[in-house]
Amino acid sequence: MNLERYTRQTQLKEFGLEAQKKLSEAKVLVIGAGGLGVPALTYLNAMGVGTLGIVDSDVVSLSNLHRQVSYYENEVGESKVSSLIKKLQAQNSATNLIPHHTFLSTENALAIIAAYDVVLDASDNFPTRYLVNDACVILKKPFVYGALHSFEGQVSVFNFEDGPTYRCIFPTMPNPAEIPNCNENGVLGVVPGIIGNLQALEVVKVITGIGEALSGKFLLFDGLSQNYRKINFKKVAGNDAIIHLKDSYEFSCEIGGSAITSQELTELLKKEDLQVIDVRTDAEYQQFHLEEAIHIPLSALERKLEAINYSKDIYVICQSGIRSQKAIQLIGAFKPNATLINVDGGMNKLNRYALR
Amino acid sequence: MKVLLFGIAKDIIGASEFEVPAQPKHPSTVKELKDVLVVLFPEFGTLSSLAIAINSEYAEENALLHSTDEIAIIPPVSGG
Repeated sequence: MNLERYTRQTQLKEFGLEAQKKLSEAKVLVIGAGGLGVPALTYLNAMGVGTLGIVDSDVVSLSNLHRQVSYYENEVGESKVSSLIKKLQAQNSATNLIPHHTFLSTENALAIIAAYDVVLDASDNFPTRYLVNDACVILKKPFVYGALHSFEGQVSVFNFEDGPTYRCIFPTMPNPAEIPNCNENGVLGVVPGIIGNLQALEVVKVITGIGEALSGKFLLFDGLSQNYRKINFKKVAGNDAIIHLKDSYEFSCEIGGSAITSQELTELLKKEDLQVIDVRTDAEYQQFHLEEAIHIPLSALERKLEAINYSKDIYVICQSGIRSQKAIQLIGAFKPNATLINVDGGMNKLNRYALR
Repeated sequence: MKVLLFGIAKDIIGASEFEVPAQPKHPSTVKELKDVLVVLFPEFGTLSSLAIAINSEYAEENALLHSTDEIAIIPPVSGG
């Protein structure tokens, strides 16, 4: 460990060489290399965390750049994990950087997380967040939670020193129709930077023991008013008794029906004349759309169910693949025998392949 | 009775604070408050998971409310 490099933080009497040594020996896993993961990783790497693992299988897209500030214009379409590791290695050559080119799943979660001391949840969807919680409870690993909604953020430290977990404040996973994500709702570029850095700070506190970790406290940040509010909450009996992951963390409302990826759809469209229903809003549709798409906004779908040709397969697409699931439920309820196919990842993913 | 709103709750009501009407009567528990919100703003009925805090302490459904309490409605958020 190059001591001179960390002088400005080791000279803090509350931190010192002892805390620096703890950082250098720590293994931190960051799940998600997006808006939260990028700033968190940049600072944890700069501060001298010895081992950093990164889990993500996404590629850089143009609409990431306003908030995921380590990715550059010439990297659109490239693997986020590869692009980020290149920069983190140049930033701090002493860090042991471990790429996990995958999304977290019930098959790999326990094996990946087991090798680390602390997890930083920088994911962008509820199934992953509940999977991270349950896997960390099973493996008895603390995890630092951060999540966003437009100008707001939430931060907490879960499962730390016998403290409460994510399920103690939000016991069950909401379904996708009720809570929009960043892709649908939007997020101001700097807000994930603030929340991701608050998470990095909590990781440092968990590792070194300095200060007071946000365990049993739920921080709410509102960027528009610059208000920080902390809610105290307690451990709920039974939430730490998880011994197996659930079979699936997919949304319960997700129909068992079929789905294809955006990339597969583009390939199919080259060969066949498909019926693709785009259920996004007028504004989203105007921005860009597939030539072949029939536009029926989700809000108008119930009134326009007759416009769909039920003798053909029905591919349903939206911006990120969530509203299309809701549309599929609606259409399926109207015509139970219809062949409905969800386009996973929606226009966000398609954009990279077809419209780049 | 003042309610602070976060996440999708703020979007539904269209403000960051909301004064719960005293008529016909103030809700006396967290459960009653949730019911009142669903009546006033039906979209709350679609939210299956909603944390409520009274004076910065997480509150269960049967927790009692007083007119001077500061209540926060905290839906889960997923963005990253």
